[in-house]
Amino acid sequence: MTSVEPDMVIRVRDLVAGFGDQIVLDHLSLEVRRGEILGLVGASGGGKSVLLRTIIGLIPKRQGHIDVMGVDRDTASPDEARAMERRWGILFQQGALFSSLTVLENIQFPMRENLHLSEALLYELANAKLEMVGLSPSDGMKIPAELSGGMTKRVALARALALDPEILFLDEPTSGLDPISAGDFDRLIKTLQQTLNFTVFMVTHDLYSLRVQCDRIAAIANGMIVAIGPLTEVIKSDHPWVKSYFQGERARVITRATN
Amino acid sequence: MAADPTLNCTVTGEWLELTPVGVWTTAQSDALEERVTAVTPLVSTARKLAINMSGVRELDTLGAWLLERLSRGCTDRKVEVQFREVPERYRGLFDQIGRVNRRAAERPARKNRLLAVFELIGQSTIALKDEFIPFLEMLAALSFSIAHALVRPRNFRFISAVHHIYRVGWDAIPIMFLITFLIGCIIAQQGFFHFRKFGADAYVVDMVGILVLRELGVLIVSIMVAGRSGSAYTAELGSMKMREEIDALRMMGLDPVEVLILPRALALVIALPILTFLGSMAALFGGGLVASFYGGMSPEIYIARLREAVSVTHFEVGMIKAPFMALVIGLVACSEGLRVKGSAESLGLQTTNSVVKSIFLVIVLDGVFAIFFASISM
Repeated sequence: MTSVEPDMVIRVRDLVAGFGDQIVLDHLSLEVRRGEILGLVGASGGGKSVLLRTIIGLIPKRQGHIDVMGVDRDTASPDEARAMERRWGILFQQGALFSSLTVLENIQFPMRENLHLSEALLYELANAKLEMVGLSPSDGMKIPAELSGGMTKRVALARALALDPEILFLDEPTSGLDPISAGDFDRLIKTLQQTLNFTVFMVTHDLYSLRVQCDRIAAIANGMIVAIGPLTEVIKSDHPWVKSYFQGERARVITRATN
Repeated sequence: MAADPTLNCTVTGEWLELTPVGVWTTAQSDALEERVTAVTPLVSTARKLAINMSGVRELDTLGAWLLERLSRGCTDRKVEVQFREVPERYRGLFDQIGRVNRRAAERPARKNRLLAVFELIGQSTIALKDEFIPFLEMLAALSFSIAHALVRPRNFRFISAVHHIYRVGWDAIPIMFLITFLIGCIIAQQGFFHFRKFGADAYVVDMVGILVLRELGVLIVSIMVAGRSGSAYTAELGSMKMREEIDALRMMGLDPVEVLILPRALALVIALPILTFLGSMAALFGGGLVASFYGGMSPEIYIARLREAVSVTHFEVGMIKAPFMALVIGLVACSEGLRVKGSAESLGLQTTNSVVKSIFLVIVLDGVFAIFFASISM
């Protein structure tokens, strides 16, 4: 274990990624600090999800370096890469719960595969996670098809937190939720982040989440990060896309509330 | 490793003091559970428990829960528990953990095994009706939409039907040819091998002809179609059901039976007799090939014997059955497809059900036809 923890948990340098002839990320660089909540914004199809999926290794990169918690996939051994993957949790946009397992089994799944714990402890821990995300123990017996959208997100969050990750990746956590549920979910992530001290990397469209939750915001346009910093700074950016994003009709309602 | 967690116990007067040291996180889970299990007997007899947190370098939900569980064991016995020197950064975590696992979860009660067996038999008997009612409902819905299409032919999805005929008919021809050809070869070979002992070589042709035209042609083709196209229908309709496409159709004022199921069922009813015909010919050809190479019977004699042995009735009996087999396969496949629920597992289950049930029904139907044709002496 490293004695000196680096301040940056994710470092991305000169990243190029794309599909076929199309370049989606064009020499993109980004750093995420330990313990912060970073929100990533960008146009639909602008490469936000591609960036997230490239960092976690689901999409192969063309060029550049990605260093997560001091481990670079290019130079790390398969064992090191596996160990790194256990130290992060991912909340997919649609939840991606295993439909043939119950809620409790879904949460137990990463623990069962990676740890050697007794059945009783597995049950207690999974139940603890379930209650921490605001569900009741009786929900544990349900199967994913019986859950509402908000509950699915909560269960997926509990599963992402199963191994107490150091980084939590969220892909549009509040999309598809009504404003009240979305607000609850935002607060839940914030509370858990404060108690469990993880870093959050969040792709989002929800301006309200950005304002309330994020320590820093990164805006992606034309495959590059065009603005990064706290909301107040990013709003002042001259980049045309960022300007229209934060000064559009929908955004003004939120930013006015900030001032 | 320096980070290896330890749990030190010291006894001072009435107090049992536990001092967890090191990294108490998921990364050390194996060691942690061991340490905590080791002190559990000691803790369960303690009169006062203190947990000193000053030595903990890292803590997460797993570590916090293990300690909380120890302390809860004591509070349940009305024993005083103190957490000492809890660093500020872990207070929130302990607050959270202190609230969980409080409500006893209802675990399903164990039943008497013998009773459970009877209950299972009873329930599956009742559930049998759920297996056949959807089939009958589908038959009714399909009849209704056929009637509808006859009244208003413009509503019939002609292009869709042609597309499905292409998929289940034309595309299936090579594999049907191959399989029925091989079956014809095998029957002829076995016939020659065994009939030769009685000097009854000539009757092999009768056997191959009648068996293939009356029974095997249509049975083999139906079973193949159930496995090949019936399963595809179930999976297609099932995943459309899962993605709410069928609900969307219905909400647009369209009848899913008319749009999706009628063209599919009709395609089977048209394609299966054609495949049966082609398959029977391939089987007879295979039989002839074996007759000339293995049985030493020239093709001219084979054809002449076939003409004598087989009447057009045998051919009719086989062909009449084909559209009914197709209808059964189509109905089962579509009704199973619509029974798919949200999960991937249920899609797999219904697809399996569809194939098993349609093959079963094809064979039962074949038996019914055998009795029917025997009683009208066809």
